[in-house]
Amino acid sequence: MTINPDLQGRSYPAAEVYDVGREKIREFARAVKATHPAHFDVEAAKALGHADLVAPPTFAIIVAQRADAQLIEDPESGIDFSRVVHADQRFTHHRAIVAGDQLRAELHVDGVRAMGGGAMITTRAEIFTLRDDLQREPVATTTSSILVRGEGQ
Amino acid sequence: MSLKFEDLAVGQEIGARSIDVTRQDLVKYAGASGDFNPIHWNEAFATGVDLPGVIAHGMFTMGSAVQLVSDWVDDPAAVVDYQTRFTKPVLVTDTTGTGEPGAVIEVVGVVGALDADAGTARIDLTVTFEGQKVLMKSQAVVKLTEQ
Repeated sequence: MTINPDLQGRSYPAAEVYDVGREKIREFARAVKATHPAHFDVEAAKALGHADLVAPPTFAIIVAQRADAQLIEDPESGIDFSRVVHADQRFTHHRAIVAGDQLRAELHVDGVRAMGGGAMITTRAEIFTLRDDLQREPVATTTSSILVRGEGQ
Repeated sequence: MSLKFEDLAVGQEIGARSIDVTRQDLVKYAGASGDFNPIHWNEAFATGVDLPGVIAHGMFTMGSAVQLVSDWVDDPAAVVDYQTRFTKPVLVTDTTGTGEPGAVIEVVGVVGALDADAGTARIDLTVTFEGQKVLMKSQAVVKLTEQ
Protein backbone atom coordinates (compact mmCIF):
# COMPACT_ATOMS: atom_id res chain seq x y z
CA MET A 1 0.00 0.00 0.00
CA THR A 2 1.34 3.43 -0.87
CA ILE A 3 1.01 6.67 1.00
CA ASN A 4 -1.57 9.02 -0.42
CA PRO A 5 0.36 12.11 -1.67
CA ASP A 6 -2.80 14.21 -1.39
CA LEU A 7 -2.45 14.11 2.40
CA GLN A 8 -0.16 17.12 2.29
CA GLY A 9 -1.97 20.25 3.38
CA ARG A 10 -4.79 18.29 4.93
CA SER A 11 -5.93 19.21 8.42
CA TYR A 12 -8.07 17.54 11.03
CA PRO A 13 -10.11 19.80 13.31
CA ALA A 14 -9.86 19.54 17.08
CA ALA A 15 -12.08 16.62 18.00
CA GLU A 16 -12.10 15.65 21.66
CA VAL A 17 -11.11 17.68 24.71
CA TYR A 18 -8.19 16.39 26.79
CA ASP A 19 -8.65 17.16 30.50
CA VAL A 20 -5.26 17.46 32.17
CA GLY A 21 -5.49 15.84 35.61
CA ARG A 22 -3.07 16.01 38.52
CA GLU A 23 -2.73 12.25 38.77
CA LYS A 24 -1.99 12.01 35.04
CA ILE A 25 0.77 14.60 35.41
CA ARG A 26 2.21 12.63 38.34
CA GLU A 27 1.92 9.33 36.44
CA PHE A 28 3.57 10.72 33.31
CA ALA A 29 6.29 12.42 35.36
CA ARG A 30 7.12 9.12 37.10
CA ALA A 31 7.12 7.33 33.74
CA VAL A 32 9.82 9.68 32.39
CA LYS A 33 11.68 9.48 35.72
CA ALA A 34 11.08 13.14 36.52
CA THR A 35 11.45 14.11 40.15
CA HIS A 36 10.96 17.88 40.16
CA PRO A 37 8.45 18.80 42.92
CA ALA A 38 6.46 21.04 40.52
CA HIS A 39 5.10 17.82 38.93
CA PHE A 40 3.97 16.30 42.23
CA ASP A 41 3.33 18.92 44.88
CA VAL A 42 0.74 21.65 44.22
CA GLU A 43 2.31 23.96 46.79
CA ALA A 44 5.73 23.61 45.16
CA ALA A 45 4.21 24.43 41.76
CA LYS A 46 2.42 27.47 43.19
CA ALA A 47 5.64 28.66 44.84
CA LEU A 48 7.10 28.86 41.33
CA GLY A 49 4.15 30.96 40.19
CA HIS A 50 2.10 28.24 38.48
CA ALA A 51 -1.64 27.78 38.89
CA ASP A 52 -1.34 24.03 39.53
CA LEU A 53 0.95 21.04 38.90
CA VAL A 54 3.19 21.58 35.89
CA ALA A 55 3.32 18.91 33.18
CA PRO A 56 6.75 17.62 32.08
CA PRO A 57 8.14 19.18 28.85
CA THR A 58 7.07 16.21 26.69
CA PHE A 59 3.61 15.68 28.21
CA ALA A 60 1.94 17.22 25.13
CA ILE A 61 2.88 14.06 23.21
CA ILE A 62 -0.23 12.42 24.68
CA VAL A 63 -2.45 15.01 23.04
CA ALA A 64 -0.36 15.18 19.86
CA GLN A 65 -0.40 11.41 19.33
CA ARG A 66 -4.17 11.30 19.81
CA ALA A 67 -4.43 13.93 17.08
CA ASP A 68 -1.99 11.95 14.89
CA ALA A 69 -4.19 8.89 15.31
CA GLN A 70 -6.86 10.64 13.25
CA LEU A 71 -4.46 10.67 10.31
CA ILE A 72 -3.01 7.20 10.86
CA GLU A 73 -6.47 5.66 11.20
CA ASP A 74 -7.83 7.58 8.22
CA PRO A 75 -8.46 4.81 5.65
CA GLU A 76 -7.51 7.30 2.91
CA SER A 77 -3.99 7.81 4.32
CA GLY A 78 -2.57 4.39 3.42
CA ILE A 79 -0.40 4.34 6.58
CA ASP A 80 0.42 0.93 8.08
CA PHE A 81 1.06 1.71 11.76
CA SER A 82 3.24 -1.39 12.25
CA ARG A 83 5.70 0.10 9.74
CA VAL A 84 5.89 3.54 11.38
CA VAL A 85 9.17 4.78 12.88
CA HIS A 86 9.35 8.06 14.82
CA ALA A 87 12.00 10.21 13.09
CA ASP A 88 11.90 13.52 14.92
CA GLN A 89 9.88 15.49 17.43
CA ARG A 90 9.66 19.07 18.61
CA PHE A 91 7.66 20.84 21.31
CA THR A 92 7.26 24.59 21.39
CA HIS A 93 5.49 25.74 24.52
CA HIS A 94 3.60 29.02 24.33
CA ARG A 95 2.91 28.50 28.01
CA ALA A 96 3.31 25.60 30.42
CA ILE A 97 0.61 22.92 30.55
CA VAL A 98 -0.87 22.74 34.06
CA ALA A 99 -3.43 20.51 35.77
CA GLY A 100 -6.94 21.71 35.04
CA ASP A 101 -6.23 22.64 31.41
CA GLN A 102 -8.75 21.52 28.82
CA LEU A 103 -6.65 20.97 25.73
CA ARG A 104 -7.76 20.68 22.14
CA ALA A 105 -5.50 19.81 19.21
CA GLU A 106 -5.85 20.68 15.56
CA LEU A 107 -3.69 18.53 13.30
CA HIS A 108 -2.01 19.72 10.13
CA VAL A 109 -0.18 17.54 7.62
CA ASP A 110 2.71 19.79 6.64
CA GLY A 111 4.74 17.42 4.50
CA VAL A 112 4.59 14.13 2.65
CA ARG A 113 7.77 13.00 0.93
CA ALA A 114 8.30 9.69 -0.83
CA MET A 115 11.35 7.82 0.48
CA GLY A 116 12.25 4.57 -1.21
CA GLY A 117 9.08 2.53 -1.12
CA GLY A 118 7.82 4.44 1.90
CA ALA A 119 7.27 8.03 2.94
CA MET A 120 8.25 10.65 5.48
CA ILE A 121 5.21 12.44 6.88
CA THR A 122 5.48 15.63 8.94
CA THR A 123 2.56 16.66 11.10
CA ARG A 124 1.95 19.64 13.37
CA ALA A 125 -0.51 19.75 16.23
CA GLU A 126 -1.66 23.15 17.38
CA ILE A 127 -2.69 22.65 21.00
CA PHE A 128 -4.89 25.29 22.58
CA THR A 129 -7.54 26.00 25.16
CA LEU A 130 -10.73 27.96 24.66
CA ARG A 131 -11.34 30.97 26.84
CA ASP A 132 -15.03 31.60 27.51
CA ASP A 133 -15.67 28.78 25.00
CA LEU A 134 -14.70 31.14 22.21
CA GLN A 135 -11.25 32.58 22.20
CA ARG A 136 -8.30 30.36 21.41
CA GLU A 137 -5.36 30.53 23.76
CA PRO A 138 -2.33 28.80 22.18
CA VAL A 139 -0.60 26.39 24.59
CA ALA A 140 1.85 24.34 22.53
CA THR A 141 2.85 23.52 18.99
CA THR A 142 4.23 20.06 18.41
CA THR A 143 5.79 18.85 15.18
CA SER A 144 6.61 15.29 14.43
CA SER A 145 8.00 13.36 11.49
CA ILE A 146 7.26 9.71 11.02
CA LEU A 147 8.87 7.41 8.54
CA VAL A 148 6.53 4.82 7.09
CA ARG A 149 8.81 2.04 5.92
CA GLY A 150 8.04 0.55 2.53
CA GLU A 151 8.06 -3.20 1.89
CA GLY A 152 11.53 -4.65 2.49
CA GLN A 153 12.80 -1.49 4.26
CA MET B 1 18.44 29.30 43.94
CA SER B 2 17.94 30.78 40.55
CA LEU B 3 20.21 30.76 37.56
CA LYS B 4 21.42 34.06 36.25
CA PHE B 5 21.72 34.53 32.51
CA GLU B 6 24.93 36.55 32.89
CA ASP B 7 26.61 33.69 34.76
CA LEU B 8 26.23 31.32 31.82
CA ALA B 9 28.77 30.73 29.09
CA VAL B 10 28.57 28.76 25.86
CA GLY B 11 30.30 25.43 26.33
CA GLN B 12 29.57 25.24 30.06
CA GLU B 13 28.40 21.80 31.21
CA ILE B 14 25.15 21.82 33.18
CA GLY B 15 25.49 18.26 34.43
CA ALA B 16 25.27 14.61 33.51
CA ARG B 17 22.99 11.75 34.41
CA SER B 18 22.68 7.99 33.90
CA ILE B 19 19.18 6.64 33.38
CA ASP B 20 18.56 2.97 34.15
CA VAL B 21 15.84 1.45 31.99
CA THR B 22 13.98 -1.83 32.51
CA ARG B 23 11.21 -3.56 30.58
CA GLN B 24 8.89 -2.50 33.41
CA ASP B 25 9.81 1.14 32.76
CA LEU B 26 8.70 0.71 29.15
CA VAL B 27 5.37 -0.78 30.25
CA LYS B 28 4.91 2.16 32.62
CA TYR B 29 5.70 4.62 29.85
CA ALA B 30 3.31 2.84 27.49
CA GLY B 31 0.52 3.19 30.02
CA ALA B 32 1.29 6.79 30.93
CA SER B 33 1.63 7.96 27.32
CA GLY B 34 -0.95 5.76 25.60
CA ASP B 35 1.66 4.44 23.13
CA PHE B 36 1.07 0.68 23.20
CA ASN B 37 3.08 -0.27 20.13
CA PRO B 38 4.14 -3.87 20.98
CA ILE B 39 7.73 -3.31 19.75
CA HIS B 40 8.20 -1.64 23.16
CA TRP B 41 7.09 -4.61 25.26
CA ASN B 42 6.82 -7.82 23.24
CA GLU B 43 10.02 -9.61 22.15
CA ALA B 44 8.39 -11.85 19.56
CA PHE B 45 6.58 -8.94 17.93
CA ALA B 46 9.73 -6.79 17.91
CA THR B 47 11.92 -9.47 16.32
CA GLY B 48 9.07 -10.27 13.91
CA VAL B 49 9.37 -6.76 12.45
CA ASP B 50 13.15 -7.12 12.08
CA LEU B 51 14.19 -5.31 15.26
CA PRO B 52 16.98 -6.84 17.36
CA GLY B 53 14.57 -6.99 20.33
CA VAL B 54 12.35 -4.79 22.48
CA ILE B 55 13.33 -1.14 22.12
CA ALA B 56 12.52 1.89 24.25
CA HIS B 57 9.97 4.41 22.99
CA GLY B 58 11.90 7.29 21.40
CA MET B 59 9.63 9.51 23.45
CA PHE B 60 10.71 7.74 26.65
CA THR B 61 14.32 8.58 25.88
CA MET B 62 13.47 12.15 24.87
CA GLY B 63 11.22 12.61 27.91
CA SER B 64 13.67 11.24 30.46
CA ALA B 65 16.73 13.02 29.00
CA VAL B 66 15.22 16.48 29.53
CA GLN B 67 14.90 16.00 33.30
CA LEU B 68 18.53 17.06 33.58
CA VAL B 69 17.45 20.45 32.20
CA SER B 70 14.26 20.75 34.30
CA ASP B 71 16.26 20.13 37.46
CA TRP B 72 19.12 22.42 36.48
CA VAL B 73 16.81 25.36 35.78
CA ASP B 74 14.65 24.34 38.78
CA ASP B 75 11.36 24.88 36.95
CA PRO B 76 10.11 22.44 34.29
CA ALA B 77 7.95 25.23 32.83
CA ALA B 78 11.12 27.12 31.85
CA VAL B 79 11.68 24.62 28.99
CA VAL B 80 9.97 26.58 26.23
CA ASP B 81 11.21 24.53 23.29
CA TYR B 82 12.59 21.01 23.02
CA GLN B 83 13.44 19.04 19.92
CA THR B 84 15.29 15.95 18.85
CA ARG B 85 15.90 13.50 16.05
CA PHE B 86 15.75 9.80 16.81
CA THR B 87 18.72 8.09 15.24
CA LYS B 88 19.33 4.75 16.95
CA PRO B 89 17.07 2.50 18.99
CA VAL B 90 17.77 1.79 22.67
CA LEU B 91 17.63 -1.99 23.02
CA VAL B 92 16.29 -2.97 26.45
CA THR B 93 17.14 -6.52 27.50
CA ASP B 94 14.83 -8.49 29.75
CA THR B 95 16.26 -8.37 33.27
CA THR B 96 12.94 -8.98 35.02
CA GLY B 97 13.45 -10.19 38.57
CA THR B 98 17.19 -9.51 38.70
CA GLY B 99 17.13 -5.89 39.83
CA GLU B 100 19.56 -5.06 37.04
CA PRO B 101 18.84 -2.43 34.37
CA GLY B 102 18.07 -3.67 30.86
CA ALA B 103 19.78 -0.61 29.37
CA VAL B 104 21.57 2.48 30.64
CA ILE B 105 21.15 5.81 28.86
CA GLU B 106 23.79 8.49 29.46
CA VAL B 107 22.89 12.17 29.23
CA VAL B 108 25.24 15.16 29.25
CA GLY B 109 24.03 18.75 28.90
CA VAL B 110 26.08 21.71 27.66
CA VAL B 111 25.11 25.35 27.09
CA GLY B 112 24.99 25.49 23.28
CA ALA B 113 23.85 29.07 22.67
CA LEU B 114 22.73 32.15 24.57
CA ASP B 115 20.21 34.75 23.41
CA ALA B 116 20.45 37.86 25.58
CA ASP B 117 17.47 39.61 23.93
CA ALA B 118 15.14 36.68 24.54
CA GLY B 119 16.75 35.77 27.88
CA THR B 120 17.06 32.18 26.76
CA ALA B 121 19.77 29.54 26.84
CA ARG B 122 19.90 26.57 24.47
CA ILE B 123 21.03 23.40 26.17
CA ASP B 124 22.45 20.76 23.88
CA LEU B 125 21.99 17.23 25.16
CA THR B 126 24.28 14.38 24.22
CA VAL B 127 22.32 11.19 24.75
CA THR B 128 24.12 7.90 24.32
CA PHE B 129 23.52 4.18 24.77
CA GLU B 130 26.44 1.75 24.67
CA GLY B 131 28.68 4.58 23.50
CA GLN B 132 26.54 5.54 20.51
CA LYS B 133 24.34 8.61 20.13
CA VAL B 134 20.66 7.69 20.14
CA LEU B 135 19.35 11.25 19.81
CA MET B 136 20.72 13.89 17.47
CA LYS B 137 20.22 17.64 17.58
CA SER B 138 18.65 17.22 20.99
CA GLN B 139 18.16 20.81 22.08
CA ALA B 140 16.16 22.35 24.92
CA VAL B 141 15.64 26.10 25.07
CA VAL B 142 15.11 27.46 28.57
CA LYS B 143 13.74 30.86 29.47
CA LEU B 144 15.58 32.33 32.42
CA THR B 145 13.53 34.52 34.71
CA GLU B 146 14.50 38.14 35.16
CA GLN B 147 16.55 38.84 38.23
